Amino acid sequence: MANPENLKYTKEHEWLLIEDDIATVGITKYAADALGEIVYVDLPKVGSEAAHMKICGEIESTKSVGELYAPMDGEITEVNSALDQAPDRVNKDPFGDGWLIKIRYTSLPDFLSSTEYDALVGE
Amino acid sequence: MLNTLLKAEHDKLGASFTEFGGWEMPVRYGSDIDEHHSVRTGCGLFDISHMAEIRVTGEAEDFLDYALISKLSEIDNGRAKYTMICDDQGGIIDDLIVYRLDDDEFMIVANAGNQHQVVEALNSRLANFPDTKVVDESGMWSLIAMQGPKTKELLGPLVDVDLTVLKYYSIAAAVLDGNDVFLARTGYTGEDGFEIFVSGNPSSIWQLLLSQEGVSACGLACRDTLRLEAGMPLYGHELNKDLTPFAANLGKVIRFDKPAFVGKEALDRDKHPEQRLFGLQGDGRRAARADYEIFLPGETESIGKVTSGVLSPTLQVPIALALLDSNTGLEIGSEVEADVRGTRIFYKVVELPFYKRGR
Repeated sequence: MANPENLKYTKEHEWLLIEDDIATVGITKYAADALGEIVYVDLPKVGSEAAHMKICGEIESTKSVGELYAPMDGEITEVNSALDQAPDRVNKDPFGDGWLIKIRYTSLPDFLSSTEYDALVGE
Repeated sequence: MLNTLLKAEHDKLGASFTEFGGWEMPVRYGSDIDEHHSVRTGCGLFDISHMAEIRVTGEAEDFLDYALISKLSEIDNGRAKYTMICDDQGGIIDDLIVYRLDDDEFMIVANAGNQHQVVEALNSRLANFPDTKVVDESGMWSLIAMQGPKTKELLGPLVDVDLTVLKYYSIAAAVLDGNDVFLARTGYTGEDGFEIFVSGNPSSIWQLLLSQEGVSACGLACRDTLRLEAGMPLYGHELNKDLTPFAANLGKVIRFDKPAFVGKEALDRDKHPEQRLFGLQGDGRRAARADYEIFLPGETESIGKVTSGVLSPTLQVPIALALLDSNTGLEIGSEVEADVRGTRIFYKVVELPFYKRGR
């Protein structure tokens, strides 16, 4: 699966969909594949504060644990609670149903474009 | 890194790879959890050609009685035994399956990462056995494991031996797809199944087995969750040179009635090590992983560490093997806590294995 062109990316293998003042955040297909089958997702509380590059959640697969870094400063406005029951959505549809959190951002750091991210993961 | 002869087959199937014991091995082909379930309910096919094969001939039974901790002289031709090779301090160099091929001929299967240590240790013990030969045949054998409750009925029609009479922990020469192979009824998944020793190119056999209805290619990720559910130790996690078989609850593998074997004195001296392995089961979906610390409830001083831990795909609860202080009074049902990255998670000490197949 290609990395969608309408999204922004981080070196931590997260993607962002920026719409007005809200950023939807997930992990990329590359990251989901590398983690393996995801069995548990620990997400921050709605209303909590997100701080750029601070760990705000965890993604566990059968084999390993990945950390979710807040890609920017802001406030968590929504989390994907469907992942409690179906964490494998992150594997099945990382850029869609497998989204993780929404942040009302207060800063907008530099992100990678899809072509830059393609280059990072060698696609 | 080394590749098995089946690398091209794995590539064709879109496998992801991982480094294991110096080999580039398939870790999964698609979903490791689906692969896990296919072994529990149907049939899974594993390339385990990274494993080491060492043939011992000549005065082999006396030699192995001396070099290993079990009594190999006792097993009949065509039978297999799970055992270990220890150093003179009783530390585990590796765990092994030893197959008796003939009166004077045995095949040892050792872990990939320990191949050289095992070969070296065996060679160094040959001094009093001038007529015994130890030959590392690892480069010559591919090993394919076919595991799961449907294996016997799927493999049966493809071979010239009657699998219903090949007992658990037995081995027989057979012809499969025109190739001479050894078929062993052994495995590392907690299910019934077979391990197939193939010399020469294994690709056509792999393809034939995989083309049988209901057979899934399976990677090392599910091999690890399967063996952990079955309570089986993995060298480097549950077993290492600082531990004796007693620490792994495998003291019964040792035969002290043998006149002499490497490690006997040290093992006889200390049958109650300070730490031993316990099985832990939690609830919820969060699993303590290898190296996470374990505590008695509410305490701040660690009593040991997890050696392997995962959310069990079959039982749907976290399970772990942990190496814990043996003088803390832990028994079946005792509660402990795991520190999961700053959060304490409850676990209970349970009987092993976590999962046992129906018979």
